[in-house]
Amino acid sequence: MEFYLTAILQALCFSGLAIGIFISMKIFNIPDITTDGSFTLGGAITGVLLMAEIPPSLSLLVVMSAGALAGAFTGFIHAKLNVNPLLAGILVMTALYSVNLSLMGRSNIPLFNISTLFSPAFFLQDLNQNTFIVLLVFVVVMLLVIGYLLKTDFGIAMRATGNSETMIKALGVNTNRMKIIGLAMANSLTALSGYLITQFQGFADINMGIGIVIVGLGSVIIGETLIHWLKVKSILTNLVLVIAGAVIFQLVLAVTLDIGVDANLLKLVTASFVLLIVSLPRVLSVQR
Amino acid sequence: MLKISHLHKTFNTGKVNQVIALHDVNIEIQKSEFVVIVGANGSGKSTLLNCISGSIFPDSGSIHIGNCAVDHLREHQRSKWIARVFQNPLSGTAPDLSILENFRLAALRTSSKGLRIGITERFKNTVKDRIAELGMGLEAKVHQPMGSLSGGQRQALTLLMAVMDGLEILLLDEPTAALDPRSAETIMKTAAKLIANHQLTAVLITHNMKEALAYGSRIIQMAEGQVRRDVTGAQKTGLTPSNLYEWFL
Repeated sequence: MEFYLTAILQALCFSGLAIGIFISMKIFNIPDITTDGSFTLGGAITGVLLMAEIPPSLSLLVVMSAGALAGAFTGFIHAKLNVNPLLAGILVMTALYSVNLSLMGRSNIPLFNISTLFSPAFFLQDLNQNTFIVLLVFVVVMLLVIGYLLKTDFGIAMRATGNSETMIKALGVNTNRMKIIGLAMANSLTALSGYLITQFQGFADINMGIGIVIVGLGSVIIGETLIHWLKVKSILTNLVLVIAGAVIFQLVLAVTLDIGVDANLLKLVTASFVLLIVSLPRVLSVQR
Repeated sequence: MLKISHLHKTFNTGKVNQVIALHDVNIEIQKSEFVVIVGANGSGKSTLLNCISGSIFPDSGSIHIGNCAVDHLREHQRSKWIARVFQNPLSGTAPDLSILENFRLAALRTSSKGLRIGITERFKNTVKDRIAELGMGLEAKVHQPMGSLSGGQRQALTLLMAVMDGLEILLLDEPTAALDPRSAETIMKTAAKLIANHQLTAVLITHNMKEALAYGSRIIQMAEGQVRRDVTGAQKTGLTPSNLYEWFL
């Protein structure tokens, strides 16, 4: 049981990543894989700052700004220099590997005896309960902020940018600027996930971001499936279902580990699982 | 109101597929004039319209709106004066957003899209009243995604969206080309009504000779990137289908 609880907690850590991918992929229609780099960036900065005894609250600000900057770079390369978004993301992600390594100074920073966001002193004595409440606060605040933002005039313009660029240009929106802001937001949230995961697992690692974009994608795709099933229109409910997607995703992985699949095969299982969800609608419709 | 001087535009300069789209085009359009532009494919009509809207930039020449030279302004900056209706009904609206959200953006064409929730009960009622005037029964569907409507319905709404915010110039780029004859007629009637009511300066591109005769106060024929004929007032009213037909021989 403990095992599944950990999976849920981990999923809540990943909710920023999932919402980030939702913003870049579903709202802006841009396949952004800066993610792998900005996630690690979030983790690396968290490790370095907490080791330097800078409080988690201040670290959070630095992490989210750094993630936003990384996303803005990708956005700039894509929108202003007219580079294919996939390539723009790969470029920034690759560059970030060096940045992260220089920041960390080594490939792994363990957080032994360091007070983190999840230190029991904060709320409750029970470690898991405490972690759960802290994460829940994060998720709820994030949902409310992003949910509100997407309903504002600015948010509608954002959604239209990915949906009908000709129209929104004619309606007076600078779509280049909009894309840069969108990718900055998405990667800021991804870095937030790196920040949470680092404190949750107790270390930052240079390789923690490898393939993480799949975790976000998988969560968004499961979320999408739920959105279609339930015919959800409200944007806030959409976001909630994306986070539900992240939880389901982590639970499925937990089940595979629980039934004894080798942990080394986890990425293979992850990729196969995402493939399964993506192809399922088509497979089912062919049968009909 | 709109002054176009010595406009030149060549595509693929120096290559085998070089096309001279506009060659020394000069047009002056007065306020509240409704200009119809006709011409064969490749005559430069759409290029001209795109140069006016700012979605492409001419090689040389200048465009003034009122007293303002807009040559260096990009499309989203010119939207302060200009609203557009596209040939493809899909281009003028965002399919995944609701009708209401599309109208909200249209109502903010000339102002910034800020961090406040602008879709209030009051705004909703304003939109419903406006849509009801179309007589298509769409006012009951304002929460539906735009993509669930037909091309004709979307095009009608695009027209309404154009006048949700203040505008000087309405550009209509073959707005009825993708529609069936009945929808096309509704769209043109709606357009003419809006142009008259709001005293708009309008430019319509069309391949439909009946539309070209029935609407507008002035007709311009373009050929090979130049203005070939420019007919106004009583002369325009006196044109017959056979006159127009002869233009294209």
